[in-house]
Amino acid sequence: MKLNKNIKEKNSIFKKWLIILIAILFIVLPFIINAYWVDVLFFFGIYALLGLSLNIVLGEVGLFDLGHMGFMAIGAYTTAILNTYFGIPIMILLPISAIAAGAFAWLVCSPIIHLRGDYLCIVTIGMGEIVRLTLNNNLFGITGGPNGVFGIDFPSLGSIFIVDNSTKFYYYIWLIVGLTIIGLVNLQRSRIGRAWNCIREDEIAAEATGIDVKYYKLLAFVLGAGLAGVAGNIYASKLMMVSPESFNFMESCLLFCIVLIGGMGSIPGVLIGSAAISLFPEFFRTFAQYRMLIFGAAMVAMMIFRPGGIWPRKRGAAEFKSLLMKAGEENG
Amino acid sequence: MAKDNNSMETMIRTKQENEEINKINKVVFQTDKLTKKFGGLIAVNNFDLKVSQGQISSLIGPNGAGKTTVFNVVTGIYKADGGKVVFKGEDLAGKKPHQIIKKGIARTFQNIRLFSNMTCLENVMAGQHCRSREGTWSSVLQTPGQRKEELEIKKNAEDRLKQVGLWKYQDELAKNIAYGNQRMLEIGRALASNPDLLILDEPSSGLNDKESEDLIIFLKSLLKEDLTILLIEHDMNVVMGISHWVTVMDEGKKIAEGLPEDVYNNPQVIEAYLGKDEEEEE
Repeated sequence: MKLNKNIKEKNSIFKKWLIILIAILFIVLPFIINAYWVDVLFFFGIYALLGLSLNIVLGEVGLFDLGHMGFMAIGAYTTAILNTYFGIPIMILLPISAIAAGAFAWLVCSPIIHLRGDYLCIVTIGMGEIVRLTLNNNLFGITGGPNGVFGIDFPSLGSIFIVDNSTKFYYYIWLIVGLTIIGLVNLQRSRIGRAWNCIREDEIAAEATGIDVKYYKLLAFVLGAGLAGVAGNIYASKLMMVSPESFNFMESCLLFCIVLIGGMGSIPGVLIGSAAISLFPEFFRTFAQYRMLIFGAAMVAMMIFRPGGIWPRKRGAAEFKSLLMKAGEENG
Repeated sequence: MAKDNNSMETMIRTKQENEEINKINKVVFQTDKLTKKFGGLIAVNNFDLKVSQGQISSLIGPNGAGKTTVFNVVTGIYKADGGKVVFKGEDLAGKKPHQIIKKGIARTFQNIRLFSNMTCLENVMAGQHCRSREGTWSSVLQTPGQRKEELEIKKNAEDRLKQVGLWKYQDELAKNIAYGNQRMLEIGRALASNPDLLILDEPSSGLNDKESEDLIIFLKSLLKEDLTILLIEHDMNVVMGISHWVTVMDEGKKIAEGLPEDVYNNPQVIEAYLGKDEEEEE
């Protein structure tokens, strides 16, 4: 028992240092690498934020959402339109985009929230496509059709703080990702996170245990969509333009892969998954033709050999204990 | 003809006793003409059930009699097609399961339904969901109030886990513990919501004799907590061993109720369980 405790403590100290080390690495990285890779890491950050947002819906609650890019599109277009037509600063639009995407999620998901598994999956695919096609068809003449909206400002707070180059954008996105991770870890360890996991494990038992299943599913959708809206806001201001083609079905599939590769409901897993999705194509640029082939093969191999993801979430000390027991059996 | 008289007598006697018991014990929970239909099939037909405060009441009947359907209607998983479910003087009809557990009725399932990929402690902590109230933002920001509540939840869960004797498995995933322990964990999770009425659906199914005995002792010990228990059971030994009151159900209807010994000897009950003799029928 004491031995077990020691290992637990050591493990937590090791984890603490690992997190500090990674944080320092991320802070000094822009001074070491060139501007191109800083941009690559920026998009890694965007995917991480999107992965975290989908992880709430798919990972924590187990709802198949293949239209997540639709929420990001709402956030991005809210930012683009309000900024270019009314000149509202991007950073003020950050929470507004989140609220717009969240409200949209609440509106469209309320009537379909009782659907299960693949049925919900099909409806969300439809929803994502409807958003993209609506934007493509120049809704009310303000979305700019297939060309999208141009001339979006840099994020700024008055004239004091302007995010206007790659390095600043890098710090900006990773600051937001960092804050999001802290918030989500807190949420995971609260009764809300527990309720979400209960719904994923067994809906009827969750309902009988006193969890308002419908409310918590909707909450997951609204929070996930809100975060995707934040990602959309940052994405729009980075590219200075938005177009419907950035939010196609393939992108939603990539997000789905991020959560599956990393491990459902695991925050470090999502980070690894988004690194795989955003950095992998860069490393294999030389064999560009075979990229998708390798990627597909890697996915299949993953599903066979590590169906729980690269870094599945560990609960309590369960994993450790069973390891110790195995070691004990071998020794005895 | 003689047989009819006999059954009439038992009916009258049980009625008197019912009245006697009602004089002593307050009826805390009852269903009144409860009806549930699945398409053309009437699963529960004008069913009356009474449960007295601080007692263990049992609902028995042959397979397919509609016992579990009654439980599912009572706990809000199915919607009743008619009749009332009254708990502490309040009609529960049309309420959702998560609202019903908040009123103080907790249940377990016939085929154990645990949150299998969560630890035993987390399972019991989840049971207190309806007794806690901190929201999303206070959880994201980890406000002092939220931390305090979380600590309380954890402490209560530890107590409940010790009560059902699973403390040593606190960090083990629920799917990894033995079947008998899983049953106890499910009861622990139900108890974590501090219910007034505990509904158990075949708690002894799949348990060996020793485990059943322990279960009986455990359930009796719960009565000291001012808890009322209603159980479905087909293991006659368990029913006779602990029940204060037995209701027998067949084909959706109540066919008898009374003290365990009386029900055990009731010819209608025997007929329902073993079937009628062919010759007698003619």
